[in-house]
Amino acid sequence: MNVPGSMTTLRARVREALGKAPVRRNFRAAMDGIRAKRAAALPDATDFAQRRARAAAIRARALARLPELLERLEQRLEANGIQVHWAEDATQANAIVLDLLHRAGARSVIKGKSMVSEETGLNDALGEAGVAVVESDLGEYIVQLAGEPPSHIVAPAIHKNRHEVAALFQAHHPQREATEDIEGLTAEARQVLRRRFAQADAGISGVNFLVAETGTLVLVENEGNGRLSTSAPPLHIAITGIEKVIERLDELPPLLDLLTRSATGQPITTYVNFISGPRRADELDGPREVHLVLLDNGRARIHADPLFADTLRCIRCGSCINHCPVYVQVGGHAYGSVYPGPIGALLEPQRLGLEAGGSLTSACTLCGACGDVCPVAIPLPGLINQLRAEGVEPRPDSPLPDAGRLRHRGEALLWRLWATIYAHPHRYRWLARLLTALRRLAPRRLGAWTRWREAPRPAARDLHRPGARSGVLR
Amino acid sequence: MNEARDHILKRLRTVRREAPDTGAPSPATGADGETLIARFRAALEAVRGEVHRLRDGDWVGWLARELPARGVGNLLAGTGEIGHTLQAHPIPGVTLHRYDRPVEDWKDALFDHIDAGITGCRGAIAATGSLILWPGPEEPRLLSLVPPLHIVLLDAANLHADLATAIRSQGWAQGLPTNALLITGPSKTADIEQTLTWGIHGPRELVVLILG
Ligand code: SF4
Repeated sequence: MNVPGSMTTLRARVREALGKAPVRRNFRAAMDGIRAKRAAALPDATDFAQRRARAAAIRARALARLPELLERLEQRLEANGIQVHWAEDATQANAIVLDLLHRAGARSVIKGKSMVSEETGLNDALGEAGVAVVESDLGEYIVQLAGEPPSHIVAPAIHKNRHEVAALFQAHHPQREATEDIEGLTAEARQVLRRRFAQADAGISGVNFLVAETGTLVLVENEGNGRLSTSAPPLHIAITGIEKVIERLDELPPLLDLLTRSATGQPITTYVNFISGPRRADELDGPREVHLVLLDNGRARIHADPLFADTLRCIRCGSCINHCPVYVQVGGHAYGSVYPGPIGALLEPQRLGLEAGGSLTSACTLCGACGDVCPVAIPLPGLINQLRAEGVEPRPDSPLPDAGRLRHRGEALLWRLWATIYAHPHRYRWLARLLTALRRLAPRRLGAWTRWREAPRPAARDLHRPGARSGVLR
Repeated sequence: MNEARDHILKRLRTVRREAPDTGAPSPATGADGETLIARFRAALEAVRGEVHRLRDGDWVGWLARELPARGVGNLLAGTGEIGHTLQAHPIPGVTLHRYDRPVEDWKDALFDHIDAGITGCRGAIAATGSLILWPGPEEPRLLSLVPPLHIVLLDAANLHADLATAIRSQGWAQGLPTNALLITGPSKTADIEQTLTWGIHGPRELVVLILG
């Protein structure tokens, strides 16, 4: 499973990522393009502010009534013939999916895009159980062939250029004519995957929104692979997080609009797929069974935390990632987590605990770009900064796993000393005089700080004396 | 896994939060039929949808001219009115197939041999150029998805300004079919180098014939 790990392992991954010039070029080009598209799709700042206030309120309202809405959703779904399963963690979720596949005798699965299934490591679990899984979103298919995790939550293969994709395709479809042309590669994937759609015993997909009022799963996509995965095989299993629910259908349009504009700059995606039941007796296609797996995996704990509950408003548009100056330099794999970028830095430490995920909060410059673009107004920079604090100086009753575990005794002592001195005028003055007197002893190198900067040197005269003389300071 | 359900709901119930007001849905902009059609056309053409305006009964004639020219030899229709009309007016050089049996009986043929599928729709959304489809027994889900060319007949009177208006005036909240769709253009992807490419999994071409 993908876990960011300690600062040391994060640094090592970042160093490795920074060394790959072609990959960095791929990211740079992609992010520049996607930012321009978003900017063109949301040109008016005032209009955006109004729209996102509404979207944020819809999500916040749903989260405030989450248990009630989930129960209503379950009731409606079951009335519609969709079976609901609940999973507390990844292991349970994967076991549910496997059990459903076994009961249906399904040996081959075609998959639509699902970040939650990345979170549970579903493909590995299925593979180990002997079920053949093929990802059908083009980007997901590419990273699956490469044996890599997605490097972006919306555009999984964004780190690869056409030549790398061509090499992968040639290795995996040797019977087909080699091409480096993007249209040719896309046509090749179409041909290869078409057979898989026709033959798969089951389709597995994610979900973008769950509508409690009507008992509906809403899936948003451009390729048609999501529709095929959910309507060609006889069995459809959807998997998603418990936070995805909204109350009413009329709350969907404002969210949908901001989701697609923020993600890719589109007013709408090619397909918006509303699934409210399995095939009825008089219907000629569609799955005979539809199941929904609702995954907790730490979400209920986050929901209970008043400081960080807003994290769950996220609609996974990826905009914060696209606008992150750190992500654009290091790329998605450097994070070592399922969710990269700002949303990863916020979500993963809460999901995995500060020991396993807390290092991600340091992959943030607090520039604020993510908070500016988030369509549901999650205050990402502020929350990421608070998470840092939770690592070293947690709230007394912090529900975060491993809160305070990143505290460094030497560092804590130093800060205490600093606070003691700075809190008292004469101690402070005494220190200032001492530093001025010893200024020649100041070190010229201060670790990473002085790699690109000069070490600060105390001035020959501290500010206090001229200040006192002119009467500004006493 | 009822135990998991109870645990999760119990954890979620440990807090009670104020539920903020979400404000009123934005009112739809009033616009006349021709303005809506113009908007619809512009939005759909921007994503490579093909739009033609025809007089009510002219669509069979249009197909008879266009399908052979586009190399469509096998056309698939549902069991509703559109299929009946086509059956009554055969197009020379085009074999009409009806989606009249469960997909399991002919899946390979559907995936491999059909060139085009034709459906109606429940209306369209002007703001985004989206078609509203409610597949059902007469027009199954895969009819609009598997064939490389999808032709849609749209009644000019069924245009809505935006999605919110369509949901409201068509009463979606009162009951949705097992599958409902918004379709806005042919299938596309930008997963390789962010380069837009058409027809990855769904139809490569989408043709809308606006009638009336
Ligand atoms: S945190 Fe906001 S910007 Fe980032 S993915 Fe979630 S909704 Fe999008």
